[in-house]
Amino acid sequence: MGQTSTWDLERALSRIRELEHLPGALLPILHALQDEFGSIHEEAIPLVAETLNLSKADVHGVVSFYHDFRHSPPGRHVLRICRAEACQSMGCESLVNHVEKRLGVKLGETTPDRSFTVESVYCLGNCALSPSAMLDGRPYGRVSPQVADFLIDSARRHS
Amino acid sequence: MSVKIYVPCDSAALSVGAEAVARAITEQITARRLDLTVVRNGSRGMFWLEPLVEVETPRGRIAYGPVTADAVAGLFDAGFYEGKPHPLCLGATEEIPYLKNQERLTFARCGITDPLSLADYIAHGGYKGLERALKMAPAAIVEEVTQSGLRGRGGAGFPTGIKWRTVLNTPGEQKYIVCNADEGDSGTYADRMIMEGDPFVLIEGMTIAGFAAGASSGYIYIRSEYPHAFRTMKRAIALAYENGYLGANVAGSGKRFDLDVRLGAGAYICGEETSMLESLEGKRGQIRPKPPLPAIEGLFGKPTVINNVISLATVPIILEKGGAFYRDFGMGRSRGTLTIQLSGNIKHGGLVEKAFGLTLRQAIYDFGGGTFSGRPFRAVQVGGPLGAYFPESLLDTPLDYEEFTVKKGLLGHGGIVVFDDTVDLAKQARFAMEFCAIESCGKCTPCRIGSTRGVEVIDKIIAHQDRTANLQLLDELCELMLDGSLCALGGLTPYPVLSAVRHFPEDFDKPAVPPATVGNRAQETHPWR
Repeated sequence: MGQTSTWDLERALSRIRELEHLPGALLPILHALQDEFGSIHEEAIPLVAETLNLSKADVHGVVSFYHDFRHSPPGRHVLRICRAEACQSMGCESLVNHVEKRLGVKLGETTPDRSFTVESVYCLGNCALSPSAMLDGRPYGRVSPQVADFLIDSARRHS
Repeated sequence: MSVKIYVPCDSAALSVGAEAVARAITEQITARRLDLTVVRNGSRGMFWLEPLVEVETPRGRIAYGPVTADAVAGLFDAGFYEGKPHPLCLGATEEIPYLKNQERLTFARCGITDPLSLADYIAHGGYKGLERALKMAPAAIVEEVTQSGLRGRGGAGFPTGIKWRTVLNTPGEQKYIVCNADEGDSGTYADRMIMEGDPFVLIEGMTIAGFAAGASSGYIYIRSEYPHAFRTMKRAIALAYENGYLGANVAGSGKRFDLDVRLGAGAYICGEETSMLESLEGKRGQIRPKPPLPAIEGLFGKPTVINNVISLATVPIILEKGGAFYRDFGMGRSRGTLTIQLSGNIKHGGLVEKAFGLTLRQAIYDFGGGTFSGRPFRAVQVGGPLGAYFPESLLDTPLDYEEFTVKKGLLGHGGIVVFDDTVDLAKQARFAMEFCAIESCGKCTPCRIGSTRGVEVIDKIIAHQDRTANLQLLDELCELMLDGSLCALGGLTPYPVLSAVRHFPEDFDKPAVPPATVGNRAQETHPWR
């Protein structure tokens, strides 16, 4: 939760103002706020609600509906492992077990040193090169446990 | 003129190191002071050969692959930039049988051009469809698309022309074209490839749709799992605006068409068209009961055409060459080409665009080369997570909407996921129910509650608790979900489940094992769960 201190009302307002004129502006605004602060800060909800003339419950309902929106910032690196059918056919579950053991966390959790958040994802559209994963927005295919170790080690070195 | 070297920027190619290969090639060019230009193209769709590097030669484009960054210096030593031999050389790209045996209409340019070069797009036949459409009355454009026999490639297979006609005939000042790019089905990536590899074809298709239906505004709803496609589409749209292909005066016609891209937020259900509309409006992605049809009351309550990426990207060639040209491909009521996506445990995974009618066996063996693992084939799931599992005995089914319906299957978006003999179909059936439980929008009871009950019942069957009674119960539950769900998520989840029970009963009658380990996201400590 250490990173929530980066919440900044002025920056939040300026991101909201850039987008509030859009038809159906709520999702673009939430994405922008999450890009800026790593999560949807609790103070963002009343702010967005007031701007768009919605109730706080409406905004909270949208935030909680979508898997992407977080209520606390993730670790420095986000590793998403695909667990949909194509990746299942190529053994993604053993990859998941390996990564969980290696990082000492379960899917959906963040390591205590906040270096990694590991998550499930259901399809990255790289189904001919399964098992597939995404590290910090970059796609990786044919991810064997060895490849996963390599990715984790090099991410650690660069942070 | 400087010789061009092509290195794909498609995210599947990037996932196996295309960026490092491009960097290594650029370094070698500088070090060796050669007159070569690196072009980042889309993917040809032969993913087992990625990164596939191509060189322009007087004999046509010569392919090398799969290329690693370490192999680049050796390629230069061998003179690959003049098309010279090297162990990685695959010969002329167009002569590779996998590509040569296809009928590429929608994907005619994908992998050939620089996706963000409008000049390239136009040089390869781009905007010819729009040019013809601009000389036609809206009703005539709709008629051309109707005549082509094009059906929705997103999975439902509804005739595109009829959808357009409904919107055209519905009065309204403001109408919309919405492109469904929420390609969430496992085993599918054709939409992603087009958006990353030939984005202008989608823009052109949507512009034509706008003129046909009387809509001056459009949205592309892209899933957040596709960041590269999102960025490429955004840039392509900006370029189209700068060059007068979008905005108040499209291609000098005096007609307006505006286009914007929106990002999803990780909800599978938003691939369902009415959920997608809710999401675009800034709401929870809960489905809307139909009627009213979105063609009558769609986005912001206005008449709306909603089509999949591939449907819209096929429109330009139909307008360019005529509906009859397109209709001449295919079989029965499935006209034109299907963009087959070979996925999962398959040796030669990739995109195969082919007229409808190819059999599953031909797709999996003639193109796909069998399993990746080399183990015996056991099952194939066609049409995404809501499609049926077929055994070996159904492999002679032709890829055709109606033929699949007869076999209680679903052709869907053309995704084919192959499994070898290590697959446990009881686990897969359980996963289908669990996935439905995770992704259900919660609007209707059969889907919201039925899926969770489905997981429990399958667990009991696997654990040999009252097997006969529970198999009967599963059957009834599936019937209820099929008939009672508001949309395809709850309504089609029984397909994989029942097909697994029907074709692979032995997997549901194994010695009792600990609870299935496939897919337990529901138990994850997701921050909002």
